[in-house]
Amino acid sequence: MMHYLPLLGILVIVVGFGLRFNPMAVVPAAALTTGLLAGLDLATVVAKLGKAFTDSRIIAIPWIVLPVIGLLERYGLQQRARAVIAGFRAATAGRLLILYLLYRQLISAIGLVATAGQAQTVRPLVAPMAVAAAEKGGPLDDATADRVKAYAAATDNVGAFFGEDIFFAIGSILLIQKTLEAYGIALSPLQLSVWAMPTAVAAFLIHAVRLLLLDRALAKERRS
Amino acid sequence: MIGSQFVYAIVGASFAAYAWLSLFDRTNPRRFGNAAFWGLFALNLIAGTWLGDLANGGIVLALAALATFGLIGRGRPATDEETRAAEGERHGNRLFLPILLVIGIAVAGTLLYDYVPTLFGTGLFEKNRETLVLLCVGVLVALALAYAWLKPSPLAPVEEGRRLVDALGWAAVLPMMLASLGLVLADTGVGKTIGELVLTVIPTGAVLPAVLAFTLGMALLTILTGNAFAAFPVIATAIGVPLLVQAHHGDPAIIGAVGMLAGFCGTLLTPMAANFNVVPWALLELKDPNAVIKAQVGTALPLLAVNTALIYFLAF
Repeated sequence: MMHYLPLLGILVIVVGFGLRFNPMAVVPAAALTTGLLAGLDLATVVAKLGKAFTDSRIIAIPWIVLPVIGLLERYGLQQRARAVIAGFRAATAGRLLILYLLYRQLISAIGLVATAGQAQTVRPLVAPMAVAAAEKGGPLDDATADRVKAYAAATDNVGAFFGEDIFFAIGSILLIQKTLEAYGIALSPLQLSVWAMPTAVAAFLIHAVRLLLLDRALAKERRS
Repeated sequence: MIGSQFVYAIVGASFAAYAWLSLFDRTNPRRFGNAAFWGLFALNLIAGTWLGDLANGGIVLALAALATFGLIGRGRPATDEETRAAEGERHGNRLFLPILLVIGIAVAGTLLYDYVPTLFGTGLFEKNRETLVLLCVGVLVALALAYAWLKPSPLAPVEEGRRLVDALGWAAVLPMMLASLGLVLADTGVGKTIGELVLTVIPTGAVLPAVLAFTLGMALLTILTGNAFAAFPVIATAIGVPLLVQAHHGDPAIIGAVGMLAGFCGTLLTPMAANFNVVPWALLELKDPNAVIKAQVGTALPLLAVNTALIYFLAF
Protein backbone atom coordinates (compact mmCIF):
# COMPACT_ATOMS: atom_id res chain seq x y z
CA MET A 1 0.00 0.00 0.00
CA MET A 2 2.86 2.36 0.92
CA HIS A 3 4.00 2.75 -2.67
CA TYR A 4 0.60 4.17 -3.62
CA LEU A 5 1.15 7.16 -1.32
CA PRO A 6 3.22 9.25 -3.78
CA LEU A 7 0.20 9.11 -6.12
CA LEU A 8 -1.31 11.81 -3.91
CA GLY A 9 0.99 14.17 -5.84
CA ILE A 10 -1.09 13.43 -8.93
CA LEU A 11 -4.22 14.13 -6.88
CA VAL A 12 -2.76 17.54 -5.92
CA ILE A 13 -2.39 18.32 -9.63
CA VAL A 14 -5.85 17.14 -10.64
CA VAL A 15 -7.59 18.97 -7.78
CA GLY A 16 -5.37 22.07 -8.11
CA PHE A 17 -5.94 22.42 -11.84
CA GLY A 18 -9.61 21.54 -11.38
CA LEU A 19 -10.13 24.32 -8.83
CA ARG A 20 -8.13 26.72 -11.06
CA PHE A 21 -5.48 27.49 -8.49
CA ASN A 22 -2.37 29.19 -9.86
CA PRO A 23 -0.40 26.40 -11.61
CA MET A 24 2.82 27.97 -10.32
CA ALA A 25 1.67 26.99 -6.82
CA VAL A 26 0.08 23.65 -7.74
CA VAL A 27 3.07 22.22 -9.60
CA PRO A 28 5.79 22.65 -6.94
CA ALA A 29 3.26 21.57 -4.29
CA ALA A 30 2.65 18.37 -6.24
CA ALA A 31 6.38 17.77 -6.60
CA LEU A 32 6.99 18.31 -2.87
CA THR A 33 4.02 16.09 -1.93
CA THR A 34 5.24 13.28 -4.16
CA GLY A 35 8.84 13.52 -2.99
CA LEU A 36 8.05 13.69 0.73
CA LEU A 37 5.54 10.81 0.54
CA ALA A 38 8.14 8.75 -1.31
CA GLY A 39 10.24 9.06 1.83
CA LEU A 40 12.73 11.75 0.75
CA ASP A 41 13.61 14.60 3.09
CA LEU A 42 12.76 18.19 2.21
CA ALA A 43 16.26 19.29 1.16
CA THR A 44 16.59 16.29 -1.18
CA VAL A 45 13.24 17.03 -2.82
CA VAL A 46 14.08 20.72 -3.29
CA ALA A 47 17.47 19.77 -4.75
CA LYS A 48 15.81 17.26 -7.10
CA LEU A 49 13.37 19.94 -8.22
CA GLY A 50 16.24 22.39 -8.78
CA LYS A 51 18.25 19.89 -10.80
CA ALA A 52 15.24 18.91 -12.92
CA PHE A 53 14.36 22.58 -13.55
CA THR A 54 17.92 23.38 -14.58
CA ASP A 55 18.08 20.30 -16.81
CA SER A 56 14.94 21.60 -18.61
CA ARG A 57 16.38 25.00 -19.59
CA ILE A 58 16.34 24.01 -23.24
CA ILE A 59 12.56 24.66 -23.17
CA ALA A 60 13.17 28.39 -22.56
CA ILE A 61 15.35 28.95 -25.65
CA PRO A 62 12.56 30.02 -28.05
CA TRP A 63 11.96 33.11 -25.83
CA ILE A 64 15.09 34.54 -27.48
CA VAL A 65 12.90 35.67 -30.40
CA LEU A 66 10.80 38.01 -28.20
CA PRO A 67 12.98 41.15 -28.70
CA VAL A 68 12.83 40.78 -32.50
CA ILE A 69 9.10 40.14 -32.56
CA GLY A 70 8.41 42.91 -30.04
CA LEU A 71 10.47 45.40 -32.03
CA LEU A 72 8.83 44.48 -35.35
CA GLU A 73 5.42 44.73 -33.68
CA ARG A 74 6.27 48.27 -32.60
CA TYR A 75 6.71 49.04 -36.29
CA GLY A 76 3.42 47.35 -37.20
CA LEU A 77 4.25 43.69 -38.01
CA GLN A 78 0.86 42.27 -36.96
CA GLN A 79 -1.04 44.94 -38.90
CA ARG A 80 1.15 44.18 -41.92
CA ALA A 81 0.47 40.44 -41.63
CA ARG A 82 -3.24 41.21 -41.68
CA ALA A 83 -2.93 43.54 -44.67
CA VAL A 84 -1.12 40.88 -46.72
CA ILE A 85 -3.82 38.29 -46.13
CA ALA A 86 -6.56 40.79 -46.93
CA GLY A 87 -4.97 41.02 -50.38
CA PHE A 88 -5.51 37.32 -51.18
CA ARG A 89 -9.09 36.81 -52.31
CA ALA A 90 -9.12 33.02 -51.96
CA ALA A 91 -7.61 33.02 -48.46
CA THR A 92 -9.76 31.68 -45.63
CA ALA A 93 -8.68 30.94 -42.07
CA GLY A 94 -9.05 27.20 -42.66
CA ARG A 95 -7.14 27.09 -45.96
CA LEU A 96 -4.35 29.25 -44.57
CA LEU A 97 -3.98 26.99 -41.54
CA ILE A 98 -3.98 23.87 -43.74
CA LEU A 99 -1.03 25.34 -45.65
CA TYR A 100 0.73 26.09 -42.37
CA LEU A 101 -0.03 22.56 -41.09
CA LEU A 102 1.66 21.11 -44.15
CA TYR A 103 4.66 23.44 -43.77
CA ARG A 104 4.94 22.63 -40.04
CA GLN A 105 4.83 18.86 -40.64
CA LEU A 106 7.40 19.00 -43.46
CA ILE A 107 9.83 21.30 -41.65
CA SER A 108 9.58 19.11 -38.52
CA ALA A 109 10.02 15.91 -40.55
CA ILE A 110 13.42 17.12 -41.77
CA GLY A 111 14.58 17.85 -38.23
CA LEU A 112 13.80 21.58 -38.05
CA VAL A 113 11.06 21.43 -35.44
CA ALA A 114 12.58 24.33 -33.45
CA THR A 115 12.53 26.75 -36.39
CA ALA A 116 8.80 27.40 -35.93
CA GLY A 117 6.56 27.47 -32.87
CA GLN A 118 4.15 29.46 -30.73
CA ALA A 119 6.65 32.31 -30.17
CA GLN A 120 8.61 32.04 -33.42
CA THR A 121 5.75 31.89 -35.94
CA VAL A 122 2.26 31.70 -34.40
CA ARG A 123 2.22 34.97 -32.45
CA PRO A 124 3.88 37.21 -35.09
CA LEU A 125 2.54 35.67 -38.32
CA VAL A 126 0.12 32.74 -38.30
CA ALA A 127 -2.45 33.93 -35.73
CA PRO A 128 -2.85 37.50 -37.08
CA MET A 129 -3.03 36.15 -40.64
CA ALA A 130 -5.67 33.57 -39.73
CA VAL A 131 -7.76 36.22 -37.96
CA ALA A 132 -7.40 38.57 -40.94
CA ALA A 133 -8.52 35.81 -43.32
CA ALA A 134 -11.55 35.11 -41.13
CA GLU A 135 -12.33 38.84 -40.91
CA LYS A 136 -12.72 39.15 -44.67
CA GLY A 137 -16.31 37.95 -44.39
CA GLY A 138 -17.03 40.69 -41.86
CA PRO A 139 -15.86 41.77 -38.40
CA LEU A 140 -15.44 39.02 -35.76
CA ASP A 141 -16.57 39.25 -32.15
CA ASP A 142 -13.86 38.64 -29.53
CA ALA A 143 -14.91 35.06 -28.78
CA THR A 144 -14.74 34.08 -32.46
CA ALA A 145 -11.39 35.80 -32.96
CA ASP A 146 -10.10 33.88 -29.91
CA ARG A 147 -11.34 30.63 -31.43
CA VAL A 148 -9.48 31.30 -34.69
CA LYS A 149 -6.30 32.13 -32.76
CA ALA A 150 -6.67 28.97 -30.66
CA TYR A 151 -6.94 26.96 -33.89
CA ALA A 152 -3.73 28.63 -35.13
CA ALA A 153 -1.94 27.53 -31.94
CA ALA A 154 -3.47 24.04 -32.18
CA THR A 155 -2.37 23.69 -35.82
CA ASP A 156 1.23 24.43 -34.84
CA ASN A 157 1.11 21.74 -32.13
CA VAL A 158 -0.48 19.11 -34.37
CA GLY A 159 2.00 19.83 -37.18
CA ALA A 160 5.02 19.67 -34.87
CA PHE A 161 4.00 16.55 -32.93
CA PHE A 162 3.03 14.49 -35.96
CA GLY A 163 5.90 15.60 -38.16
CA GLU A 164 8.93 15.48 -35.88
CA ASP A 165 9.01 11.71 -35.35
CA ILE A 166 9.57 11.15 -39.08
CA PHE A 167 13.01 12.63 -38.48
CA PHE A 168 15.17 9.76 -37.26
CA ALA A 169 17.51 11.78 -35.03
CA ILE A 170 14.80 13.34 -32.83
CA GLY A 171 14.83 12.73 -29.07
CA SER A 172 11.63 10.70 -28.91
CA ILE A 173 12.83 8.20 -31.54
CA LEU A 174 16.12 7.78 -29.68
CA LEU A 175 14.18 7.27 -26.43
CA ILE A 176 12.07 4.49 -28.01
CA GLN A 177 15.24 2.88 -29.33
CA LYS A 178 16.97 2.98 -25.94
CA THR A 179 13.92 1.68 -24.05
CA LEU A 180 13.50 -1.32 -26.37
CA GLU A 181 17.23 -2.01 -26.41
CA ALA A 182 17.07 -2.78 -22.69
CA TYR A 183 14.96 -5.84 -23.65
CA GLY A 184 17.39 -7.00 -26.33
CA ILE A 185 15.28 -5.56 -29.15
CA ALA A 186 17.77 -3.90 -31.51
CA LEU A 187 16.21 -1.41 -33.95
CA SER A 188 17.76 1.40 -35.97
CA PRO A 189 16.23 4.88 -35.62
CA LEU A 190 15.23 4.71 -39.27
CA GLN A 191 13.28 1.45 -38.74
CA LEU A 192 11.27 3.30 -36.09
CA SER A 193 10.81 6.65 -37.79
CA VAL A 194 9.23 5.19 -40.97
CA TRP A 195 6.34 4.06 -38.76
CA ALA A 196 5.64 7.67 -37.83
CA MET A 197 4.46 8.29 -41.39
CA PRO A 198 1.00 6.64 -41.34
CA THR A 199 0.05 8.66 -38.26
CA ALA A 200 1.47 11.83 -39.84
CA VAL A 201 -0.80 11.37 -42.87
CA ALA A 202 -3.80 10.62 -40.65
CA ALA A 203 -3.09 13.69 -38.49
CA PHE A 204 -2.94 15.88 -41.59
CA LEU A 205 -6.23 14.52 -42.97
CA ILE A 206 -8.13 14.72 -39.67
CA HIS A 207 -6.94 18.20 -38.78
CA ALA A 208 -7.38 19.53 -42.33
CA VAL A 209 -11.00 18.37 -42.36
CA ARG A 210 -11.54 20.13 -39.03
CA LEU A 211 -10.03 23.32 -40.42
CA LEU A 212 -12.41 23.22 -43.39
CA LEU A 213 -15.26 22.67 -40.92
CA LEU A 214 -14.03 25.75 -39.04
CA ASP A 215 -14.40 27.75 -42.26
CA ARG A 216 -17.95 26.50 -42.68
CA ALA A 217 -18.80 27.27 -39.06
CA LEU A 218 -17.42 30.80 -39.43
CA ALA A 219 -19.42 31.38 -42.61
CA LYS A 220 -22.58 30.06 -40.97
CA GLU A 221 -22.19 32.24 -37.87
CA ARG A 222 -21.90 35.24 -40.12
CA ARG A 223 -25.11 34.48 -42.02
CA SER A 224 -27.15 34.08 -38.86
CA MET B 1 32.35 24.20 -29.46
CA ILE B 2 29.22 26.33 -29.31
CA GLY B 3 26.30 24.64 -27.59
CA SER B 4 23.79 24.69 -24.76
CA GLN B 5 25.76 26.97 -22.45
CA PHE B 6 26.02 29.60 -25.19
CA VAL B 7 22.27 29.70 -25.80
CA TYR B 8 21.47 29.64 -22.06
CA ALA B 9 23.76 32.65 -21.62
CA ILE B 10 22.14 34.62 -24.46
CA VAL B 11 18.57 33.86 -23.36
CA GLY B 12 19.58 34.50 -19.74
CA ALA B 13 21.08 37.85 -20.71
CA SER B 14 17.79 38.89 -22.32
CA PHE B 15 15.89 38.04 -19.11
CA ALA B 16 18.51 39.87 -17.02
CA ALA B 17 17.87 42.95 -19.18
CA TYR B 18 14.08 42.58 -18.63
CA ALA B 19 14.75 42.43 -14.88
CA TRP B 20 16.93 45.56 -15.00
CA LEU B 21 14.36 47.59 -16.97
CA SER B 22 11.54 46.37 -14.70
CA LEU B 23 13.39 47.76 -11.71
CA PHE B 24 13.08 51.32 -13.04
CA ASP B 25 9.59 51.04 -14.55
CA ARG B 26 7.45 53.40 -12.47
CA THR B 27 4.32 52.56 -14.50
CA ASN B 28 4.37 49.06 -13.00
CA PRO B 29 3.10 49.00 -9.39
CA ARG B 30 4.86 45.68 -8.77
CA ARG B 31 8.17 46.54 -10.43
CA PHE B 32 10.33 45.01 -7.67
CA GLY B 33 8.45 41.73 -7.99
CA ASN B 34 9.01 41.68 -11.75
CA ALA B 35 12.67 42.51 -11.33
CA ALA B 36 13.12 39.69 -8.80
CA PHE B 37 11.16 37.19 -10.92
CA TRP B 38 13.01 37.77 -14.21
CA GLY B 39 16.31 38.29 -12.38
CA LEU B 40 16.11 34.93 -10.60
CA PHE B 41 15.09 33.22 -13.82
CA ALA B 42 18.07 34.83 -15.59
CA LEU B 43 20.36 33.67 -12.79
CA ASN B 44 19.20 30.07 -13.22
CA LEU B 45 19.56 30.23 -17.02
CA ILE B 46 23.06 31.71 -16.98
CA ALA B 47 24.58 30.14 -13.87
CA GLY B 48 22.35 27.12 -13.15
CA THR B 49 25.08 24.77 -14.32
CA TRP B 50 27.34 25.87 -11.45
CA LEU B 51 24.93 26.92 -8.68
CA GLY B 52 24.30 23.47 -7.26
CA ASP B 53 20.99 21.60 -7.06
CA LEU B 54 19.81 23.01 -3.74
CA ALA B 55 20.37 26.66 -4.78
CA ASN B 56 18.53 26.02 -8.05
CA GLY B 57 15.73 24.43 -6.05
CA GLY B 58 15.59 27.57 -3.92
CA ILE B 59 15.22 29.65 -7.09
CA VAL B 60 12.36 27.41 -8.23
CA LEU B 61 10.51 27.88 -4.92
CA ALA B 62 11.14 31.65 -4.97
CA LEU B 63 9.73 31.91 -8.53
CA ALA B 64 6.70 29.91 -7.43
CA ALA B 65 6.16 32.16 -4.40
CA LEU B 66 6.47 35.40 -6.42
CA ALA B 67 3.91 34.13 -8.93
CA THR B 68 1.53 32.65 -6.36
CA PHE B 69 1.33 35.72 -4.14
CA GLY B 70 0.65 38.00 -7.12
CA LEU B 71 3.89 39.92 -6.76
CA ILE B 72 4.43 40.32 -10.51
CA GLY B 73 2.56 42.85 -12.65
CA ARG B 74 2.74 44.73 -15.95
CA GLY B 75 4.01 48.14 -16.97
CA ARG B 76 2.43 50.39 -19.60
CA PRO B 77 3.53 49.50 -23.16
CA ALA B 78 5.74 52.11 -24.85
CA THR B 79 3.51 52.28 -27.96
CA ASP B 80 -0.21 51.91 -28.61
CA GLU B 81 -2.16 50.00 -31.29
CA GLU B 82 -2.80 53.03 -33.56
CA THR B 83 0.83 54.15 -33.72
CA ARG B 84 1.79 50.60 -34.65
CA ALA B 85 -0.82 50.40 -37.43
CA ALA B 86 0.39 53.71 -38.90
CA GLU B 87 4.01 52.52 -38.71
CA GLY B 88 3.06 49.28 -40.50
CA GLU B 89 1.52 51.31 -43.34
CA ARG B 90 4.79 53.24 -43.70
CA HIS B 91 7.23 50.30 -43.64
CA GLY B 92 5.35 47.86 -45.88
CA ASN B 93 6.09 44.19 -46.39
CA ARG B 94 9.81 44.63 -45.72
CA LEU B 95 8.81 44.33 -42.06
CA PHE B 96 8.65 40.56 -42.59
CA LEU B 97 12.29 40.45 -43.60
CA PRO B 98 13.90 40.30 -40.11
CA ILE B 99 11.59 37.58 -38.76
CA LEU B 100 11.92 35.57 -41.99
CA LEU B 101 15.68 36.00 -41.64
CA VAL B 102 15.56 34.43 -38.16
CA ILE B 103 13.64 31.42 -39.50
CA GLY B 104 15.74 31.27 -42.70
CA ILE B 105 19.08 31.28 -40.87
CA ALA B 106 17.91 28.49 -38.54
CA VAL B 107 16.58 26.37 -41.43
CA ALA B 108 19.32 26.92 -44.00
CA GLY B 109 22.09 26.95 -41.41
CA THR B 110 21.01 23.63 -39.88
CA LEU B 111 20.68 21.97 -43.29
CA LEU B 112 24.05 23.27 -44.48
CA TYR B 113 25.83 22.30 -41.27
CA ASP B 114 24.31 18.82 -41.07
CA TYR B 115 24.68 17.82 -44.71
CA VAL B 116 27.94 19.46 -45.83
CA PRO B 117 30.62 17.10 -44.45
CA THR B 118 33.38 19.72 -44.34
CA LEU B 119 31.20 21.96 -42.17
CA PHE B 120 29.96 19.15 -39.93
CA GLY B 121 33.54 17.93 -39.59
CA THR B 122 34.58 21.17 -37.92
CA GLY B 123 32.51 20.21 -34.86
CA LEU B 124 31.66 23.88 -34.42
CA PHE B 125 28.27 23.20 -32.76
CA GLU B 126 27.33 20.80 -29.96
CA LYS B 127 25.55 17.72 -31.34
CA ASN B 128 21.78 18.24 -31.82
CA ARG B 129 22.01 21.84 -30.60
CA GLU B 130 22.87 23.44 -33.96
CA THR B 131 19.31 24.64 -34.66
CA LEU B 132 18.99 26.40 -31.29
CA VAL B 133 22.41 28.04 -31.60
CA LEU B 134 21.52 29.20 -35.12
CA LEU B 135 18.16 30.49 -33.86
CA CYS B 136 20.07 32.76 -31.47
CA VAL B 137 22.49 33.78 -34.22
CA GLY B 138 19.50 34.58 -36.47
CA VAL B 139 18.01 36.78 -33.74
CA LEU B 140 21.27 38.73 -33.41
CA VAL B 141 21.54 39.20 -37.20
CA ALA B 142 17.88 40.26 -37.43
CA LEU B 143 18.36 42.78 -34.61
CA ALA B 144 21.44 44.21 -36.34
CA LEU B 145 19.44 44.59 -39.56
CA ALA B 146 16.53 46.19 -37.69
CA TYR B 147 18.85 48.68 -35.96
CA ALA B 148 20.40 49.69 -39.28
CA TRP B 149 17.08 50.03 -41.10
CA LEU B 150 14.46 51.16 -38.57
CA LYS B 151 16.86 53.10 -36.32
CA PRO B 152 14.98 52.44 -33.07
CA SER B 153 16.27 53.78 -29.77
CA PRO B 154 19.07 51.54 -28.45
CA LEU B 155 16.90 49.95 -25.75
CA ALA B 156 13.80 49.45 -27.95
CA PRO B 157 14.23 45.68 -28.59
CA VAL B 158 14.62 45.04 -24.86
CA GLU B 159 11.67 47.34 -24.02
CA GLU B 160 9.46 45.55 -26.54
CA GLY B 161 10.71 42.11 -25.50
CA ARG B 162 9.82 43.04 -21.94
CA ARG B 163 6.32 44.11 -23.07
CA LEU B 164 5.79 40.57 -24.43
CA VAL B 165 7.39 38.76 -21.51
CA ASP B 166 5.37 40.80 -18.98
CA ALA B 167 2.22 39.85 -20.89
CA LEU B 168 3.29 36.20 -20.58
CA GLY B 169 4.13 36.56 -16.89
CA TRP B 170 4.67 33.28 -15.06
CA ALA B 171 3.43 31.35 -18.12
CA ALA B 172 6.96 31.89 -19.51
CA VAL B 173 8.40 29.78 -16.68
CA LEU B 174 5.62 27.24 -16.17
CA PRO B 175 6.78 24.82 -18.91
CA MET B 176 10.11 24.29 -17.14
CA MET B 177 8.29 23.92 -13.84
CA LEU B 178 6.10 21.18 -15.29
CA ALA B 179 9.01 19.44 -16.97
CA SER B 180 10.79 19.26 -13.62
CA LEU B 181 7.65 17.88 -11.95
CA GLY B 182 7.62 15.19 -14.64
CA LEU B 183 11.21 14.27 -13.77
CA VAL B 184 10.40 14.12 -10.04
CA LEU B 185 7.37 11.91 -10.72
CA ALA B 186 9.49 9.56 -12.82
CA ASP B 187 12.22 9.50 -10.16
CA THR B 188 9.86 8.52 -7.35
CA GLY B 189 8.24 5.68 -9.30
CA VAL B 190 4.80 7.28 -9.63
CA GLY B 191 4.61 6.43 -13.33
CA LYS B 192 5.39 2.79 -12.62
CA THR B 193 2.62 2.56 -10.04
CA ILE B 194 0.12 4.01 -12.52
CA GLY B 195 1.30 1.50 -15.13
CA GLU B 196 0.59 -1.34 -12.69
CA LEU B 197 -2.85 0.09 -11.92
CA VAL B 198 -3.73 0.23 -15.63
CA LEU B 199 -2.82 -3.46 -15.92
CA THR B 200 -5.09 -4.47 -13.01
CA VAL B 201 -8.07 -2.66 -14.55
CA ILE B 202 -7.87 -3.96 -18.14
CA PRO B 203 -8.04 -7.67 -19.05
CA THR B 204 -5.08 -8.36 -21.29
CA GLY B 205 -5.47 -11.98 -22.40
CA ALA B 206 -6.55 -11.05 -25.94
CA VAL B 207 -4.66 -8.80 -28.35
CA LEU B 208 -7.19 -5.98 -28.70
CA PRO B 209 -7.59 -5.21 -24.97
CA ALA B 210 -3.81 -5.34 -24.60
CA VAL B 211 -3.36 -2.86 -27.47
CA LEU B 212 -6.03 -0.62 -25.95
CA ALA B 213 -4.34 -0.78 -22.54
CA PHE B 214 -1.09 0.25 -24.25
CA THR B 215 -2.36 3.21 -26.30
CA LEU B 216 -4.83 4.47 -23.69
CA GLY B 217 -2.21 3.99 -20.98
CA MET B 218 0.24 6.10 -23.00
CA ALA B 219 -2.36 8.83 -23.51
CA LEU B 220 -3.55 8.78 -19.88
CA LEU B 221 -0.10 8.87 -18.29
CA THR B 222 0.87 11.65 -20.70
CA ILE B 223 -2.22 13.63 -19.68
CA LEU B 224 -1.29 13.24 -16.00
CA THR B 225 2.42 14.03 -16.34
CA GLY B 226 2.25 16.33 -19.38
CA ASN B 227 5.05 14.48 -21.11
CA ALA B 228 4.95 11.50 -23.47
CA PHE B 229 8.70 11.06 -22.96
CA ALA B 230 8.09 10.31 -19.28
CA ALA B 231 5.18 8.01 -20.09
CA PHE B 232 6.87 5.88 -22.73
CA PRO B 233 9.47 3.98 -20.69
CA VAL B 234 6.82 3.28 -18.02
CA ILE B 235 4.09 1.99 -20.32
CA ALA B 236 6.52 0.16 -22.60
CA THR B 237 7.97 -1.64 -19.58
CA ALA B 238 4.59 -2.41 -18.02
CA ILE B 239 2.54 -3.31 -21.11
CA GLY B 240 4.31 -2.78 -24.44
CA VAL B 241 7.22 -5.19 -24.18
CA PRO B 242 5.91 -7.99 -21.88
CA LEU B 243 2.40 -8.20 -23.35
CA LEU B 244 2.44 -6.92 -26.92
CA VAL B 245 5.94 -7.96 -28.02
CA GLN B 246 6.75 -11.02 -25.87
CA ALA B 247 3.34 -12.61 -25.21
CA HIS B 248 1.50 -11.67 -28.42
CA HIS B 249 4.56 -11.44 -30.76
CA GLY B 250 3.83 -7.97 -32.16
CA ASP B 251 6.30 -6.01 -34.30
CA PRO B 252 8.32 -3.89 -31.82
CA ALA B 253 9.13 -1.14 -34.37
CA ILE B 254 5.44 -0.41 -35.00
CA ILE B 255 4.48 -0.78 -31.34
CA GLY B 256 7.24 1.56 -30.20
CA ALA B 257 6.87 4.26 -32.86
CA VAL B 258 3.06 4.41 -32.91
CA GLY B 259 2.84 4.01 -29.13
CA MET B 260 4.85 7.20 -28.66
CA LEU B 261 2.47 8.98 -31.05
CA ALA B 262 -0.51 7.75 -29.00
CA GLY B 263 1.17 9.57 -26.13
CA PHE B 264 1.41 12.73 -28.25
CA CYS B 265 -2.40 12.58 -28.62
CA GLY B 266 -2.49 12.85 -24.82
CA THR B 267 -0.16 15.87 -24.97
CA LEU B 268 -2.79 17.68 -27.04
CA LEU B 269 -5.33 17.19 -24.23
CA THR B 270 -3.57 18.35 -21.07
CA PRO B 271 -2.84 21.70 -19.39
CA MET B 272 0.18 19.88 -17.94
CA ALA B 273 1.87 20.28 -21.35
CA ALA B 274 2.13 24.00 -20.65
CA ASN B 275 4.48 25.08 -23.39
CA PHE B 276 2.06 23.79 -26.03
CA ASN B 277 -1.32 24.40 -24.40
CA VAL B 278 -0.92 27.16 -21.79
CA VAL B 279 1.80 29.39 -23.30
CA PRO B 280 -0.30 30.18 -26.42
CA TRP B 281 -3.16 31.28 -24.13
CA ALA B 282 -0.85 33.92 -22.64
CA LEU B 283 1.05 34.65 -25.84
CA LEU B 284 -2.09 35.20 -27.95
CA GLU B 285 -3.94 36.88 -25.06
CA LEU B 286 -6.91 34.49 -25.18
CA LYS B 287 -9.70 34.68 -22.59
CA ASP B 288 -10.28 30.98 -21.96
CA PRO B 289 -7.17 29.23 -20.50
CA ASN B 290 -8.39 25.97 -22.08
CA ALA B 291 -9.06 27.43 -25.53
CA VAL B 292 -6.15 25.63 -27.22
CA ILE B 293 -7.03 22.25 -25.72
CA LYS B 294 -10.65 22.69 -26.81
CA ALA B 295 -9.44 23.33 -30.37
CA GLN B 296 -7.37 20.11 -30.22
CA VAL B 297 -9.81 17.58 -28.75
CA GLY B 298 -11.46 16.94 -32.10
CA THR B 299 -8.11 16.03 -33.66
CA ALA B 300 -6.57 14.17 -30.71
CA LEU B 301 -9.36 11.65 -30.06
CA PRO B 302 -9.85 10.38 -33.64
CA LEU B 303 -6.07 10.25 -34.03
CA LEU B 304 -5.76 8.16 -30.86
CA ALA B 305 -8.26 5.73 -32.39
CA VAL B 306 -6.20 5.68 -35.62
CA ASN B 307 -3.02 4.91 -33.68
CA THR B 308 -4.74 2.08 -31.82
CA ALA B 309 -5.99 0.65 -35.13
CA LEU B 310 -2.54 1.01 -36.74
CA ILE B 311 -0.93 -1.09 -34.00
CA TYR B 312 -3.74 -3.66 -33.97
CA PHE B 313 -3.79 -4.20 -37.74
CA LEU B 314 -0.15 -3.66 -38.72
CA ALA B 315 1.85 -5.05 -35.80
CA PHE B 316 0.04 -8.39 -35.48
